[in-house]
Amino acid sequence: MSATSPLSAADTDNPLVAGLERLPVHPTSLVIFGATGDLAHRKLLPALYNLAHEGQLPERFEVIGVGRRTQEDEEFRDTVIDSIERFSRRRPDPSVLEGLLTELRYVQGSFDDDEVYAELGRTLAEFDSAAGRKLDRVFYLSTAPEFFPLIAGKLGDHNLHQVENASVRIVIEKPFGYDLASARKLNAELLEVFEEPQIFRIDHYLGKETVQNLMALRFANALFEPVWNRNYIDHVQITAAEDIGIGGRAGYYEHSGALRDLVQNHMLQLLALLTMEPPTAFDANRLRDEKLKVLEAIVPPTLDDVASMALRAQYAPGVVGGAEVPGYREEDGVARYSRTPTYAALRLYVSNWRWAGVPFYLRTGKQLSRKLTEIAVVLKQIPHVALQSSGSVGIQANQLVFTVQPDEGVSVSIGAKIPGTRMRIRPVNMEFRYGTSFLSESPEAYERLILDAMRGDATLFTRNDEVEALWGIIDPILEAWESDTSSTIPQYDAGSSGPREADALLDDGRIWRRL
Amino acid sequence: MSEDIWAAQDTNPDAIEAALRELLRERHAANEALAPARVLNLVVVVDREWKGEIANRLERVGRYHASRTVLCAVEEQRRTLDAVATVSYQEPQGSALGVMHESVEIDIGPAHLSGLRTIVDPVLIGEIPTVMWSPHGHGEAVQSLLPLIDVMLIDSDDIDDPAEAFARAEHLRRKTYIVDLAWLRTTPWRERLAATFDLPERLEALRAMNELEVRHRETSMASALLLAGWMSSRLAWPSSHLRLWDGRVAGQARNGTGDVTVSLRTAEQEAPGLAGVTVSCSDGTSLSLQRGDGGLDATERTGDGHEYSWKILGASRGEGGILGEGVRQALLRDPTYVPALNAARGLCPA
Repeated sequence: MSATSPLSAADTDNPLVAGLERLPVHPTSLVIFGATGDLAHRKLLPALYNLAHEGQLPERFEVIGVGRRTQEDEEFRDTVIDSIERFSRRRPDPSVLEGLLTELRYVQGSFDDDEVYAELGRTLAEFDSAAGRKLDRVFYLSTAPEFFPLIAGKLGDHNLHQVENASVRIVIEKPFGYDLASARKLNAELLEVFEEPQIFRIDHYLGKETVQNLMALRFANALFEPVWNRNYIDHVQITAAEDIGIGGRAGYYEHSGALRDLVQNHMLQLLALLTMEPPTAFDANRLRDEKLKVLEAIVPPTLDDVASMALRAQYAPGVVGGAEVPGYREEDGVARYSRTPTYAALRLYVSNWRWAGVPFYLRTGKQLSRKLTEIAVVLKQIPHVALQSSGSVGIQANQLVFTVQPDEGVSVSIGAKIPGTRMRIRPVNMEFRYGTSFLSESPEAYERLILDAMRGDATLFTRNDEVEALWGIIDPILEAWESDTSSTIPQYDAGSSGPREADALLDDGRIWRRL
Repeated sequence: MSEDIWAAQDTNPDAIEAALRELLRERHAANEALAPARVLNLVVVVDREWKGEIANRLERVGRYHASRTVLCAVEEQRRTLDAVATVSYQEPQGSALGVMHESVEIDIGPAHLSGLRTIVDPVLIGEIPTVMWSPHGHGEAVQSLLPLIDVMLIDSDDIDDPAEAFARAEHLRRKTYIVDLAWLRTTPWRERLAATFDLPERLEALRAMNELEVRHRETSMASALLLAGWMSSRLAWPSSHLRLWDGRVAGQARNGTGDVTVSLRTAEQEAPGLAGVTVSCSDGTSLSLQRGDGGLDATERTGDGHEYSWKILGASRGEGGILGEGVRQALLRDPTYVPALNAARGLCPA
């Protein structure tokens, strides 16, 4: 049926949906495991409130928090109110907040306790009974990753993973595994209980407007596609710089490090979206098929290659924002001789017809000079310079820069004549900033992704084969670094733009963009 | 919020435009992190004595401020132009970007209306869409500005007779894209009805619908007719004019399998727009949505006599929010309004 055609007897689509901006979400019970944790507190619960405020939640919507902390429903409600009042992007409307809290339940217990799942089953059945129908179920695992297989298994044991006449989905947060082997194991464990279409692996970067705009810019404009290949693009730099240290997360970070924390997921996802072929339709599987193809075209380094294409480093003491800060090894909870990288830089190649020979440089680090996430596509120099007079920085290669944070937008650098009697050229920027070009503020990524998960739209979630392809690229680097227990880990001053050694990754006169 | 202001009496459009350009240049020079919004122009034509009220409504549109708002206030006897240009902004923190919005208030006289285009055109930002809103009529001004604008903002609830309101909408939509605030007042109801009938078992009931009742504030009959028109157009109901009958406006439509009684009732309600909707089906099921605190109160009756009640959450947008939504919708295109409008015209009480 066409988007605007009315109902006929043979139609199975809902004719009332045409033209609406907000697509229906079926009645749902949302179960948050780890409901008293930091992610739920800062992101999930405020996102739920904002969805409620905007009337985007399903017509029947129930929330059950599951946590180890002992508390009653009433105390859990107080926690939820606190989360929403502190972290919601808008001031809560008392009557909407009250409505959201009305049916909120809390189930206390350890994630390996069968009674937790029995109680969960009873509460879900109670909600179904009150609604007079089976509600869809979404289990959101906002817990440490070691609990993912345990919780999935218990849900299966208690037959909560499937419901007749309703959908059941499970959402898991990154990291999806610790390396390729553990990712495969996790996938296998999840797939023992759930079907792949039921599993929603969330990488909140994919819910950001700018990241989705990468696809819009590439595939909704005729301007860029002709140059989007090895003939015109010299190289690409993807940067995810943070101006903070590890905070109180030493336990997590010592185990993870920069490569697992940001490169394996966010940065390689950005690379995939930037380099994939146009999907034939914007739906979950066609989009993810294209991402998978391009990820598989990135040849993982051999162990011998790692030293020449990857660099790790740690922050040393320095000054950030005018204040002295300790080095990584002096942080609370970090081993004195820790070899965990807080900085990682890579040079990768996409071995296919479009991208052969184009280097992709990725760098991420903590305690750098500023917070910045961007993708810079640097075009080749023009072949002949006829215009330039001396007295300027001259003609420079065009750059197309997508900024993901802090100010979401896109800029294109172009050469322009400096006013005056001589033909002197310098680069200037054409800027597009979301804040100046759209009326609406971008919703929080979690709002979009929670809604998509409830609707069953997996387009912005990571599929199992994608996860394994991502780990496949990173695994040899991790193996090389973790088996090397003796070489010196380069140090960079906190508050600097990173280690000088990273310059060696760039060849042919290329330089890192200034942070 | 900070503001830079320029004002002049007996001025002209070129001077106003130059003043705006200079205000922007000076502010950007003082703080390069401030950039002008470039989304859309909004031209508003109002009676001078209601200028303050309309300005207040425009203030309440939340984040949906036009990039440049040009408010033309029509004052009897006036022959010259007085103008105030304002650039407003919030100083950005840290490395963030700040956005500047511009507004111009121009006091004009009735003699200016037929040539209003020559006053407004030089003051608009080029290359972005222009939206016009003329809440007090001023047909002459609308005619003058139509060639300039991309979108006309109207409110079919503003005119007492819905037939007249819809005739105006039909006339304007042949000349430009229109956004009707009366239609936007029905959006949450349309979304909820669509969601309700999205469940497979309920989709079947949609074909068996035999009664649609829309309750509305007395002054919002156009909204009620648009909602009924939307349902009628989406479900391809042949229908005819409604008639006053048994204290309500009602009539029959044909729903493939049988007749559908379509009725509108007035309800006591402070806010403009709809108060409730009830949909009933031939198998005895019904769903009623009623405006309440913090969202809509829903009641479902099943064929076997069970009744279920729940709350559908959502904050009221208020009239400021509706106007803001109108501004936002000016950048979008809704393919279902015109069919709903045509059906609503067909349902208009004879």
